[in-house]
Order: sequence, then structure tokens, then C-alpha cells
Amino acid sequence: MKPRSHEPIFWSLFGGGGMLAALVGPILVLIIGLLVPIGLGFGPEAMNYEQMRGLLGHPMMGFGLAILIALFFFHAAHRILHTLHDLGVHASERLKLICYGSAAGGSALAVLVALVLVLRG
Amino acid sequence: MSQTRTIVIECLRFHPETDEAPYYQSYEVPFTEEMSVLEGLQYIKDHLDGTLTFRWSCRMAICGSCGCMVNDEPVLSCQTFLRDYHPARIRVEPLAHFPILRDLAIDQTDFLAKLESVHPYLIPSTGDDPGDQPRHQTPDQVQDYLGYAQCINCLLCYAACPQYGLNDAFTGPAALALLHRYNADSRDAGKDQRMEVINAEEGVWGCTLVGECSEVCPKHVDPARAINQNKIASTQDYFLRFLKPRGRR
Repeated sequence: MKPRSHEPIFWSLFGGGGMLAALVGPILVLIIGLLVPIGLGFGPEAMNYEQMRGLLGHPMMGFGLAILIALFFFHAAHRILHTLHDLGVHASERLKLICYGSAAGGSALAVLVALVLVLRG
Repeated sequence: MSQTRTIVIECLRFHPETDEAPYYQSYEVPFTEEMSVLEGLQYIKDHLDGTLTFRWSCRMAICGSCGCMVNDEPVLSCQTFLRDYHPARIRVEPLAHFPILRDLAIDQTDFLAKLESVHPYLIPSTGDDPGDQPRHQTPDQVQDYLGYAQCINCLLCYAACPQYGLNDAFTGPAALALLHRYNADSRDAGKDQRMEVINAEEGVWGCTLVGECSEVCPKHVDPARAINQNKIASTQDYFLRFLKPRGRR
């Protein structure tokens, strides 16, 4: 019997990250990169420190953002791994560990930061 | 009246028993407006060089025998026309990613083994014997698999697939599309037997959705869609298998 691939775990994370990147990414870029800096539709105080700090102190925002970042990380890790394969660098256990390990590390850090922000209120 | 023009056809030649390496041989072939690349090859064999070896049968994109690379694109030579290349020369090579048997004829053994591995036939459920009666299907049920049933095993998709080129353990587009063709058929109950092929690293997970297979398919089978639908099926099977009764995991 052929061994079952564990790819479904990483493909699901990749798919989730990809979908969120497509849905949320352009809006974030539009708001943070364009609308707020030129002051279109947002006041000059829209993204000041207190405002943002307060926003991230809310569990929904803090952890929501951490999960978003985590899925982005896993999306990137999966894509890098498969692009390397196309370029002739084939996925070894070590390469997988580096790619998905970095994504897991980044995700853990994001959750940790969110936890600190939320606990401090 | 069709006007006769001349085109240079450059063929890859290789006779494994006598040649050390493949080489190219050029032929000047007179052609008319309606002549296909296959007819150009037949002209060479009949009038210029009887030793040129290539496969063909139906001449009308039904049999899937005459697949080859024309200017690095996998095509059926019977539905590719010399007029579209003239006045440039064309280069005809055997399908990429397969061992060469001789000249343009490739060795299909690897594909045939993979085709067999997907159980490409209806597996009725036990106790479901209609006797002499036909099995009925609604038009919707037919539509579920009809597109995938158009495959003629021409192997253009394997020649186009960069993943098969990198690793020929990959089950590949046509075999996985045919696997899906039977899974999607309401008369079939063989899904469980085919799940092992889908779930393997060399199954649907060998695909990275490049999509070239669907681009080159002369019958519009869309193997890329079939494979990616089965990535979802495999993911469901991966996570939901723990909910199934023991012995069916």
C-alpha cells in the first residue's frame, strides 16, 4: 500500500492563507498604504499609536490578526518549498523543516505578541 | 486548386540499437494548404526515407496515436497544419518526458502501469446487479463524468506536465483524470479502492496546478480540474478518516 501523504495539512494552511491574502491583502494595502497616508476618507488620527494599540488589545482583533499572519506565513512557506522544487531544489525533510518551521515559528511569535497585547488590554 | 509549397521538416532520429545519441535529420517536403504535420511525415516515409518511424492511425484526432512535439509544443500531428508554420521550418520530436523506442515513437509502459493502477473501469457495488436491465442515469449524472471520459490516452498532458518531467513517479494528468471519471460516475462504487492512489505523495499531491495539461489536451478533458477536485477529496479523507469505522481508514 502506498503511504498516505501528509500534504493535506499544509495544503489546507496554504489554501486558507491564499484565500485570506486574496480577500484581505488588497484591502489592507489600499487602506494602510494609500487611503490613510493621503487622508482620503480617514482622518489624520486614523492610524495613530493609541488608536491601533486599543484596537489590537481587543481579543478579536489581536488573535484575528495573529491567525491571519500565521496563515500568510504557511502560505508563503508552502509556495517557496514548491517553487524551489520547480527550480530543481527538491523538498528534503530538512528543507521542509526549514520552510514550515519558519512559518510555525513566525506564527507562534504572532500569537505570543497578540497574547501580550490582549492581556495588557 | 491548392498551391504546392515546400517546408523543411526537421525530425529527431534515434535508433537505440545503432545510434549512440539522438540526432536531427531535415527533409524538404512539398505540401498543400490542407496537409497536416502527420501527412508531412507520411510523405517523408513514402517518398524520401522509409526508415522514419512514427505512430499514427485515425488521422482525425480520435485515436491519440500521433502525439509528438512540434517546435517544443505537444500536439497531435494529425490536427496540426504545415501551413501554420510555413515559411519557417518545423522541428518534430517524440513526446517529451518519455523514453524513445525509435525516432518519434515513445515507450508508453510507465503510463500504462499508472493507468492500470487507477482501476479505470466501473466497479459496481455488491448486490447491485441490474440483470438484463439498463442502468439509468439522469443527464446531470452523465455530465458529472462525460468531459473526463473524452480522454484518448494521447499523452500530450504528460509531455506538457513539468511535474512529471521532474519526477516520473507522479501518477500524472491523464491517469488521475480517468480515475476521477470513474469516481464521478453514479454507477461506480469503487472510490475506496482508488483513494490510495489519490492520497499518495505521487497521487494528486504531485501536482502543483501548473495547468499545462488542460492547455494542451486536444479533447478538452481538463485534467488539472480533476486533480484539484481530488485534492479536496483527499484532504477530506485525511481529516475525516478518524470519524470512519475502523478498518475503512
